[in-house]
Amino acid sequence: MTISGAIVSMVAQGGEMGLVLLVAPLLVGYVRKVKARLQRRQGASLLQPYRDLRRLLGKEVVLAENASWLFRTAPYLIFALTWIAASLVPSFATGLMFSWTGDLIVIISLLGSARFLLALAGLDVGTSFGGLGASREVMIASLAEPAMLMIVVTLALIVGSTQLSTIAEFLRSGVAGLRVSLALALVALVIVALAENGRFPFDNPSTHLELTMVHEAMILEYSGRHLAMLELAASLKLLLTITLIAAIFFPFGMTSGDNGVVDLLGVSRGILAWGGKLCVAGALLGLFETVIAKMRVFRIPGLLGIALMLGLLATLLLYVSRGL
Amino acid sequence: MSAWEQALSRLEAGAVLLSVWGEGAHVHLAWREGGSLRHLAREAVDREYPAVSARMPQAIRLERALRDEGVLTPRGLPDSRPWLKHDACGEPYPFLAVEGEGLHQIPVGPVHAGIIEPGHFRFTCDGETVVRLEARLGYVHRDVAGLMRGADIEVAAKLAGRISGDSTVAYAWAFARAIETALAITPPARALHLRAVMAELERVANHLGDIGAICNDGGFPLMQAHCAVLRERVLRAAGSCFGHRLMMDCIVPGGVGADLNDEKIRTLTALIGEIAARFPGLVRLYDLTASLQDRTNGTGCLSPALARRFGAGGVVGRASGHDFDARRDVCYAPYDGASFAVPVLSAGDVNARIWLRIKEIEQSLGLLSHFLTTIPIGATRCEIPPQDGEGMALVEGFRGDIFLWLALEEGKIRHCHVRDPSWFQWPLLEAAIEGNIVADFPLCNKSFNCSYAGHDG
Repeated sequence: MTISGAIVSMVAQGGEMGLVLLVAPLLVGYVRKVKARLQRRQGASLLQPYRDLRRLLGKEVVLAENASWLFRTAPYLIFALTWIAASLVPSFATGLMFSWTGDLIVIISLLGSARFLLALAGLDVGTSFGGLGASREVMIASLAEPAMLMIVVTLALIVGSTQLSTIAEFLRSGVAGLRVSLALALVALVIVALAENGRFPFDNPSTHLELTMVHEAMILEYSGRHLAMLELAASLKLLLTITLIAAIFFPFGMTSGDNGVVDLLGVSRGILAWGGKLCVAGALLGLFETVIAKMRVFRIPGLLGIALMLGLLATLLLYVSRGL
Repeated sequence: MSAWEQALSRLEAGAVLLSVWGEGAHVHLAWREGGSLRHLAREAVDREYPAVSARMPQAIRLERALRDEGVLTPRGLPDSRPWLKHDACGEPYPFLAVEGEGLHQIPVGPVHAGIIEPGHFRFTCDGETVVRLEARLGYVHRDVAGLMRGADIEVAAKLAGRISGDSTVAYAWAFARAIETALAITPPARALHLRAVMAELERVANHLGDIGAICNDGGFPLMQAHCAVLRERVLRAAGSCFGHRLMMDCIVPGGVGADLNDEKIRTLTALIGEIAARFPGLVRLYDLTASLQDRTNGTGCLSPALARRFGAGGVVGRASGHDFDARRDVCYAPYDGASFAVPVLSAGDVNARIWLRIKEIEQSLGLLSHFLTTIPIGATRCEIPPQDGEGMALVEGFRGDIFLWLALEEGKIRHCHVRDPSWFQWPLLEAAIEGNIVADFPLCNKSFNCSYAGHDG
């Protein structure tokens, strides 16, 4: 790789990192807008999440007297971990500069660390809602992560790698063809994604009822810039999961950023395709959340169990079909 | 056996307690035998009397509130903590003790995240399961009865309509009927019909709002969006026909303060037609959304035995098999001339309370078109003679039966006592939530929809 190639590559990677950060609040605003329109409401502007962030960043932080250093640093760490994870997932281009680190297992551990910190921060101040939210979050996580691992195993068996760029390239080339295992893994991944992001039917992101909250209960004590960081991290996570599903199962339109050669046409086509995928996924999410009610807390293991079983079935099917 | 003893043994034999209250050195007791209302007062010797709640547990909170007034002391009151007057006991309030391994407490309120009234709920939980819920109310105690004492009838009528804003029509009607009973006057037939129209509009508007709000708390905001549109239609029609969206101060002692002309009757008829056309679609939406049914079925079960024991009125009682509706059983005009069904269910869960509201809306729509088509021509108000007297009334609001007793002296209110239906429903909420999970409390609470302001007075 030449020096100029390295610079181009770095610019492309940097551009991607900036882009995910810029687009994430818009995605949240878009999903809210879709839901509002489906509920016969006008809804807030698409740009409302940006305004909220600006407002929160300008406000002073109200801290509980007994808040420890963990409570104060957790938002920044959570934001950083989620941002890194989000920029490792190939959005419009594969093979970017850091794509060698973009491994599924790495991304899962980054998100897992962020969640661990958030659960600790929820417990830190000692309010009952924080504890309630943390206990529910950990229950959901302990069930969602095995399901996620089964999905990773399925993909690894098909592609022979857990590196996202490679997976996306391989599946885009069409060598894998249509496989039942992939369809099962897609369904499982969608269920896990909904649980990870605290969306319906697992959690209601727009509720005001403290007793029913999961994610919101943990961040109830946060305010000001801390809350802004957590809100931004949550929107990054939503963007990440949608991009992840798109990169694995719908990898069309992506450009290849290999060897530091980035053609502008390919990049703009990739960005357009990515935007289109986000629009479709956001609309589907909004529609799904409108037609379904939130699930009872103790029904959640059942649904996540289905995801786990689908992942297991997908893996088993691969062995059976190879054995034949 | 004294009359007081006889009354208590009748209560134990199945008569339904309506209220217990104090007036100076007298303690009053009101109860209902079938459809007839009974009232008894006795003097408390040395400001003490044997507590009714020692034998009737549903009177505990009423007598705690009575004791708060600081005049009378119920002897043998099972729970002697203050109730409505918070400054009577220093903080912290002694909540009932719950013991066990691994139990933890969740305090909620009195300030809530939504736009709702203040009330404190203390949950004791084992993990997610509620072991005990104890409510603490009284945050909106304004002492309306104290404000009414010595007031003119017109002023007191306005105060009565402001005890609980969402059922202002039912409160105003209860007050007007109590005055009319005390003075033995009958308002013109047209006024009675107009009162019933207002009361049914209020019932439809509130039930629509409740159905939507319950579904929203179950995580299904679509239903609320549709119900809110219909409720708004009702309120706007009421606003254009009666001059106030909630129809506040439209019912006055002796008649009504607003009249309907032909054009307004057409507006209301069109409204009824619109709701009748659009409501069945919403009922289908509720019935066919399996994920929502999963939340409401079997949640927050209230046993029929408990509902009967507390004499719980309204949707809460009727969804648990307590077959009582003041409109049918006390049979006040103009309901005596109308035919309508009183739906009763026995499941007692959130789903039953939603269905009961759905059925009551259907019945109310029928009643509305009946009253609008048969409305007689004539005066809408009669004179109030300046006499003394005592009267009481039981009026069916959307929450249940509102009881009101008053005494008049020289054209002014000597004493007025109001008992909101929520007095007998709040304690049952604490029973219904037991064994459910914490996350289902908002759903149960909304399906009861008890009044804070009405209860606190």
